[in-house]
Amino acid sequence: MENAFGQPQTVVVLGGSSDIARELTTKLCAERARTVVLAGRNEQLLNEAAAEAQRAGATLTPIVRFDAEDVTSAERAVRESFEAVGAPVDLVVIAVGLLGNQEVDENDPAAAARMSIVNYAWPVSALAALRERMIAQGAGRIVVISSVAGIRVRRGSYLYSGAKAGLDRLCEGYADSLIGTGVTLQIVRPGFVHTKMTTGMKPAPFSVDATKVANDIVAGMRTPQRIIYTPGIMKWLFAILRHLPAPLWRKINEDR
Amino acid sequence: MTRERLYGWGRTSPSVAEVLAPIASDVENELHRAPRLLARGLGRSYGDAAQLAGGTVLRSSEMATMSPISSDGRVTVEAGVTIDDLIRVGVPQGWFVPVTPGTRQVSVGGAIAADVHGKNHHVEGSFGHHVLSMRLATPRGIISCSPTVESELFWATFGGMGLTGVVLDAELQLIAISSTDVLVDTTRFNNLDAVMNEMSSGDHRYRYSVAWVDCMTTGSSMGRAILTRGDHATESRSELAPPREAKLAVPFNAPSGLLNPLTIRAFNELWFRAAPKQRRDEAQSISSFFHPLDGVRDWNRLYGRKGFVQYQFAVPDTAGETVVDAIKTLSTSKVPSFLAVLKRFGAGTPGPLSFPMPGWTLALDLPVGPSALPGVLDQLDELVTNAGGRVYLAKDARLDPAHFRAMYPRYQEFLAIKHRVDPDDIISSDLARRLELIRK
Repeated sequence: MENAFGQPQTVVVLGGSSDIARELTTKLCAERARTVVLAGRNEQLLNEAAAEAQRAGATLTPIVRFDAEDVTSAERAVRESFEAVGAPVDLVVIAVGLLGNQEVDENDPAAAARMSIVNYAWPVSALAALRERMIAQGAGRIVVISSVAGIRVRRGSYLYSGAKAGLDRLCEGYADSLIGTGVTLQIVRPGFVHTKMTTGMKPAPFSVDATKVANDIVAGMRTPQRIIYTPGIMKWLFAILRHLPAPLWRKINEDR
Repeated sequence: MTRERLYGWGRTSPSVAEVLAPIASDVENELHRAPRLLARGLGRSYGDAAQLAGGTVLRSSEMATMSPISSDGRVTVEAGVTIDDLIRVGVPQGWFVPVTPGTRQVSVGGAIAADVHGKNHHVEGSFGHHVLSMRLATPRGIISCSPTVESELFWATFGGMGLTGVVLDAELQLIAISSTDVLVDTTRFNNLDAVMNEMSSGDHRYRYSVAWVDCMTTGSSMGRAILTRGDHATESRSELAPPREAKLAVPFNAPSGLLNPLTIRAFNELWFRAAPKQRRDEAQSISSFFHPLDGVRDWNRLYGRKGFVQYQFAVPDTAGETVVDAIKTLSTSKVPSFLAVLKRFGAGTPGPLSFPMPGWTLALDLPVGPSALPGVLDQLDELVTNAGGRVYLAKDARLDPAHFRAMYPRYQEFLAIKHRVDPDDIISSDLARRLELIRK
């Protein structure tokens, strides 16, 4: 069971090999997490993440494989993850994502569709698969890694940001649907994070590393707040940016 | 039957369960029907002890019958009868509860499950020492038990946090009083050593004793304290009238952060200065001496939406240093603590999960919020475990299974007794699952 500080004992990480997921897993294991299911595509990376989790204190780290380009795999991934835990799941992290290559993908119908499947359709299907399982438990937490990019979509990354925008907005309604069930959902909106996904990109202002993001998520899980910004300043920055006149918005994003 | 979100008194980690309020004769049916079940009283345990996520929770509110009090102070009550009910009915007839925690708003079922203690623990023990017998509904049927019949099950139930069965009713031994006044001696101490010395040497002369300690001061006044000790007055100066109901209430959650280091420091300063340096034989009412917080209904909401945790531990007499170290750890870590309560303990009940041990107990109220708090409490767990002590499960909301096993080394004995009457772990709780007493 999760304790008074939002520290879970059993965790399922969908997209468990991402840098943010791995940092978060390590931190949770240093606290109370002992059973951690790492689900994702790359077996080698998942094994690395599992070893990391064990070093941090986990005692059981099963691996579940799925391919987020195949939406029909979401239900099976969720089912197998819950079976692997074999007890109520305190926390489910959805950290599935694909940054893609905007310049190429925007002219490739298959690639554009893939961006919305991995970043939107697969997580949505997973959320649907989670819903009744979590509600039946009467307790539990879902943390969805969104992005500030979804608050206002930029020209330079609209396939990624647009899908994140959809997921982020959907999660607000989904979270409302959970009120009174004992289950909660928190949306994480990181700014620019230095990870293997963003290697080679020009960092945006206030960029952070995955460790900082993990710390902010863990701190956010101690509070009832629905949206966790990381770094915290993103909340105020985007309160302004989202209302910027369009020409100005385009101007500041010209080189990005 | 309704699905309801249940909190502990600390309002930290709620969960949802099917909640119903059966009469005593229906409890057995529910035990056969529900896959997982737990009894709940008034929800005054601080953490997740009275919750069962996704299961069935039986409220004891419809089990509230009380027998007449016999001429020698015995009374049989159903599990939902509260300490408040007992005081209301008993006091006008000259009877008082043998043990009362800091609130009257606890059910007898809850008082048994948590084996509550009060200011008289150092001389009269905990609630369990005054229960003559009880009836437990278990998946293996209704079992009557007492210190002589089914004694293992009887004692395992005190401190067993509701996991050995659903208490249906119990026979209690009340104590005779001839006045509603408590005569109180108050002394102020400028540091922790001084108050602990006085308690070690002088507490045995008093039936009731408790010290309030300021955990926010450092240096030479670290742990300054107010010690209040007393006993029931023997001459009646007023009628034996029951205590009045709470007049004040907190209607909604205060903003989180209302209780911060600054406001708590200010409150502590006022509280300390308001106490007399020394005062003898001051007549206080039962309410103001035993249940000062009952004067404000829902005071837990003062801690805001994030809620609060209480950390209470007991350590043996030889480990008085641990109390000092714990307060040092808090006062240097910038974790604000409100109303720390220090008290001497006598022996616990014989059961495997009994909390008290001869020595010291310290209880700390801590608002959730400071990022250092979870780590500081983990540190205290280490300190307490190494001193041969333990934390009080009725207050706990964050202990981990490994430290629980180290603090309660007889937990396997407890599980063996539980499994005799509940082999399939039907009776469960969020606390039991968090501490891995139950793994499903």
